[in-house]
Amino acid sequence: MNTLMGLINIEHEHDFLEELTYFRCGAATPFAGRYRLIDFSLSNMVKSGVEEVGIFTNHKYRSLMDHVRSGGAWELARRRGGLFILPPDWNDPTDISRGDLRHFHNNRDYFHRSKSDHVLICGSQYISNTSYDSAFKHHLDTDADVTLIKVQIDENKPEHMSQLRVEQDEEGRVTNLTNDQNNHNVFTSVYIIKKEVLMNLVDQCIAFHKDNFFFHGVKENIEELKVEAYQYDGYFAFVNSVESFFRNNMNLLNPKAYKELFFTNEFVQTKVSNEPPVKYRTTAEVTDSLLANGCVIDGDVHNSLLFRGVKVGKGAVVKNSIIMQRCIIEEDVHLENVILDKDVHISSGQTFIGSSEKPYVVAKRQVI
Amino acid sequence: MKKNVVGMLLAGGEGKRLGLLTKSLAKPAVPFGGKYRIIDFTLSNCSNSGIHTVGVLTQYSPLVLNTHIGIGKPWDLDRQEAGLTILSPYTAKQGGSWYKGTADAIYQNIHYIDEHDPDYVLVISGDHIYQMNYDQLIQHHEEKQSDATISVLEVPWEEASRFGILNTHENLEIYEFDEKPANPKSNLASMGIYIFNWKALRSYLIADAKLEESDHDFGKDIIPAMLNDGKRMYAYRFDGYWKDVGTIQSYWEANMDLLEEDLSMSLNNREWRTYSQDTNFPPQFIDSNAVVENSLINSGSWISGTVKHSILFEGIEVNSGALVNKSILHPNVKIGKNCTIDHAIIMENVSIPDGTEIDGSKEEEPVVINNEYVAQLN
Repeated sequence: MNTLMGLINIEHEHDFLEELTYFRCGAATPFAGRYRLIDFSLSNMVKSGVEEVGIFTNHKYRSLMDHVRSGGAWELARRRGGLFILPPDWNDPTDISRGDLRHFHNNRDYFHRSKSDHVLICGSQYISNTSYDSAFKHHLDTDADVTLIKVQIDENKPEHMSQLRVEQDEEGRVTNLTNDQNNHNVFTSVYIIKKEVLMNLVDQCIAFHKDNFFFHGVKENIEELKVEAYQYDGYFAFVNSVESFFRNNMNLLNPKAYKELFFTNEFVQTKVSNEPPVKYRTTAEVTDSLLANGCVIDGDVHNSLLFRGVKVGKGAVVKNSIIMQRCIIEEDVHLENVILDKDVHISSGQTFIGSSEKPYVVAKRQVI
Repeated sequence: MKKNVVGMLLAGGEGKRLGLLTKSLAKPAVPFGGKYRIIDFTLSNCSNSGIHTVGVLTQYSPLVLNTHIGIGKPWDLDRQEAGLTILSPYTAKQGGSWYKGTADAIYQNIHYIDEHDPDYVLVISGDHIYQMNYDQLIQHHEEKQSDATISVLEVPWEEASRFGILNTHENLEIYEFDEKPANPKSNLASMGIYIFNWKALRSYLIADAKLEESDHDFGKDIIPAMLNDGKRMYAYRFDGYWKDVGTIQSYWEANMDLLEEDLSMSLNNREWRTYSQDTNFPPQFIDSNAVVENSLINSGSWISGTVKHSILFEGIEVNSGALVNKSILHPNVKIGKNCTIDHAIIMENVSIPDGTEIDGSKEEEPVVINNEYVAQLN
C-alpha cells in the first residue's frame, strides 16, 4: 500500500553529549523544557500518518524505554501497528551482518509484516515540528526509490559539519552526497525509501560485509538508484554536541524561534507528567525564560530553560542556564552558563559559572 | 483482607449559583486551579486511596464532563475488571426518569453496585476541592463497626448555620442531623462524604424510593431515616483543606487559596498527586518585560505583561503593558495590550481587546467575562 511505516534508527548515534549521555542514549536527552530529543522524531512520524514505528537502539536504552513506554503519548499504543522497540537480541547462528545491518537483518519481520510499501527513516538529532506528507507525495509522484529531506542553512555552524550536502541535477535528481562545506543544501538524515529497495539493499550490504546501511546501501548506489530530495523550510536544529545542545536550547528563548517550532504546527507530543502549573511566589523575578509545569520559583530566573518540577529558592539567581527535571536550587545559589542534569541538588550559597561556549555540566543526581 | 469498596461520585449537579461558569457544562467540569477541572480532585482521591471501582453519576450538560473523564485514564481507572463507569440516567423496559435526588441517583444504579458485590459504598460529590485518603475514613468506619460514617469538618461557629451540622456524642457517634440550624449545637459540618455498609444502605434506598413525599436526598432523607432507626452512625473528623465551590465568590476564593504559601493542601505533593488530562502545550514563555508575582501559570502561556495574584490556565497570552491582578484566566484567553484586569474570571477562548479595563474589585463578587460581554464592549 502507498502508506508509510516508520523507523527511528539511533544505532549509529554515539553518546555525543558527554555527562548528559553517561547513563542514557542521546535520543533520550531532555530538550526544550519538557521534551526528549526523540519526541520530535516520533511526533513528526505520527503527523505524517505513520501508524507503526520501530526503534533500532543498541545500548543505554533504559531511560528511552521508560520514556516511550507503550507509545500511548504519541497515539502509538494500538492493536494494529503501534510502537516496536527493537533492542539487540540476536540468536541467528548464521548471521554475518555487521553494524546497523544487524538490526535490519534481525528485524526483517518488522518490515515484512507491515502493509506499507514505503519506510520513513530518521534518527533523533534533527529537531523540527513538521509533517512529511508533502515529501511523501513528492516521493510517490516522482516514483523515487529514495527521497531525502534536506534543509537550506544560512551559515555553517559546528553541528552542520558532519551533515552530508545534497547535489542535484536540473531535474532535481540527487547526483551526489558530499562533504562540501560551501554547499548549503544539508541532508537532515531523514529519508523515505521504498521497502522493496530497502530490503534488497540490506541483502546486498550484508553480502559485501558492509556495516552502515545508509552509507553503503544508499550513498554508494546513488547513481543506480532514483534518489530525489525534498526541501523543508520551517524551523529546524541539529543537536550533536554539548555546545549545539546548549545553543539550540537557548535559541528557543528567541520568541520567533519558540513560536515557529511550537505553534506553526500541531503540538509536539511527549509523555505527560501530571505536574501542576508553575508556582511563582512573591519574591520571584523571571524574564526571558521557558518554564515547564511543576516548577516553584522564589528566586530570579533570567534567560534560562527550566524543565518540570524545578525549585529555585529565595535569593538564588539562575542565568543563561538549562536546569533539568526536579533539580533543587537552594537559597542564594548563583548559576550562570550551567547545565544541570535531572535531580541535581545545589545547596545554598554556592556559585557555578561556565561559559556559553563551554557550559558547566553537572551530571544526574549529584548533590553539591 | 482488604474490603471491597465501590465509589459513587455524584457529578450531575448544575451548580446554578455559579452563573455563567455552568451555562454549558456541569459544575464538576468547571476549570479549576490553572490546569484541572473540579472533579479531578475527587477522582484523584479515589485513585490515590486505592478505590478502583468508581461510578460517576452524570446528568446536567454532561458533554464536556464525559469527554474529560473518558475511560478514566489519567486516574489509572481504565481497568478491565473494575475501573470507571459513567452512569447517566436511562430508560429501561419499565420506563425511566431523570435522577430525582442524590439518593435516587444511587437507587437507580443498584444493579451496578450489586454487580461488584461490595462491602462498602463510598458516596462522594464531584464539586468539592480537597485531598483526602478515603482509606482512613474506611478504617475509622470499620473500627467503630458503623453502619454509616460521615466525614465532618470543624467550621467556625458563626458559619455553622450555613452547613448541615452533625450533633455527636463524645465518641463521635451521631445522634442528630441538623440541616442549616439557626442555633447550631455543634460545629461539625457534613462534607457530603459518606461511607455505608452496602447491605444497610441498599434497603434504605429501596424504602426511600417508595416514598412519594421524599426528596430522595442523602442529607434530608436517608441519613435521618437511618438515625431514626437507631443505626450505628459515626462522624469522622477531617482536618485538611476542604472547600465547596458553590458560588462565584467561593470559586474565586478557592482558586486564590492555592496561592497561599502555608495552605495545608499542595498541588506539588508527589505523594498525593491531583491528576488531570494533559494538553501537551509547550513550556510557558516569560518575556523580557514580564512581571510575574504570586501566581500559578500553566503550559503554553505567553507572558509579556504583568501578572499578580492570579491563576492562568494553558495557552494564555498576556500582552505587553497589560496588568492582570487577582483574576482567573481559563484556557486560551488572550489579554490585549495595556488592558487592566482586576478581580475577574475570564472564560475559555475569550479575547480581550487592547486597552480594555475590567474591574470587579468593587462588585459583590468577581465579574465573569464571556464572549458576549466582550461583544458588548464594542
